[in-house]
Amino acid sequence: MTDKVLDPPPHIEPVVFTRDMLDWLPWLEPMAEQDLTPRHMAGLVDPARAKSAYFRLLVRDPEVLEARTKTDKDIFYNPEAGLPRAERELAAAATSRSNGCIYCASVHARFAATYSKRTDDVDRLLDKGVGVDLDARWNAIVAASVALTATPIAFGAAHVDALRKVGLDDAAIVDVINAASFFNWANRLMLSLGEPAAPEKK
Amino acid sequence: MTDVIDTLAGITPGSPLDAIRNQRLQARNHAQASYDSLFKPSSEADASKLERLAIACFVAALHGRAEMAAFYGTALAEAGAPAGWQGAIAAAAGAAKGQGPYGRYPKGPLSAEDQPGPACKLGASERAAVGPRLAAAFEHTHMLVFHPRDSAPSYLQTLLDAGWSTTGIVVISQLVAFLSYQIRVVAGLRVLNARSA
Repeated sequence: MTDKVLDPPPHIEPVVFTRDMLDWLPWLEPMAEQDLTPRHMAGLVDPARAKSAYFRLLVRDPEVLEARTKTDKDIFYNPEAGLPRAERELAAAATSRSNGCIYCASVHARFAATYSKRTDDVDRLLDKGVGVDLDARWNAIVAASVALTATPIAFGAAHVDALRKVGLDDAAIVDVINAASFFNWANRLMLSLGEPAAPEKK
Repeated sequence: MTDVIDTLAGITPGSPLDAIRNQRLQARNHAQASYDSLFKPSSEADASKLERLAIACFVAALHGRAEMAAFYGTALAEAGAPAGWQGAIAAAAGAAKGQGPYGRYPKGPLSAEDQPGPACKLGASERAAVGPRLAAAFEHTHMLVFHPRDSAPSYLQTLLDAGWSTTGIVVISQLVAFLSYQIRVVAGLRVLNARSA
């Protein structure tokens, strides 16, 4: 076994939070596409993910990748009840902003802006950080996500009360808990196994 | 089938939170499947079950969560961990506790938000108790828990040098990242459960 750390090719390092489409360059060798077996394809869930270096690195443990992906999709895409998609994405973006994951923040800020149509507010979260004043409802969702992201965890009864006060029922509060907690999973993978790359300047 | 998150969060069948959790049944079942695949792995070639449980105990202790530390501590003891591991994990975690997330950003406008903080170095007696391979994993785990934005290729080189394979590093990363999720879901649901009428 000659496992080694990879030296990413020359690229532009993003130095601010952005909604731009970023690339991601692995620090460890992903599996080669031609080596993917049916077991690995099951782990990828979406066949298109075989094109992604990130997923081909994670597919070295296909069972946990498959379970992780199906957890992710249900938390964010299940349309039944709970929190609107835009605000699940807001929780993901706020968590990523708090942990400092420029890549994850870019993806979920795009989704939050698309679904909420509040592009300016999403950009202010990226630019000014999680202390920014958006509106009462978004402030409560951001504050709850940040409290869940802290280690030790700072989420408490006051956060639940604040979320209820701005109109969230318990199903919606569970979605905030799931979305923020899930991005504490995703951020740690994206941050520690590779780095983001910005698009070439025009 | 026992659901670990429900058990640790105190969610009982037929309760309102049980019904809400069932509205995200795929997430509920696959969080459990993630736990199963990490702690009952089909192969221990790249990371043994004992190593995984030891890392889990360290993560639980770094978070200061009694329910998680008890759960993984019991599992580690039942798996037949060497005498001295539990004490070494508790001592290492006690010496390495912090307040996260901290760390540095790439040089530029975000440098104004840099919050530098300590990296973890295990003490000599803890290192001797768990061995150099697990000691390296613990030091990496501390970074993932408290200051993940300080990640750099050099952290991965340290793990390779300590005998972890590329796949083993993927397993450690998934393990600590999953636990960061599981611990937060349990903590959040416990707060909500206690706040429900």
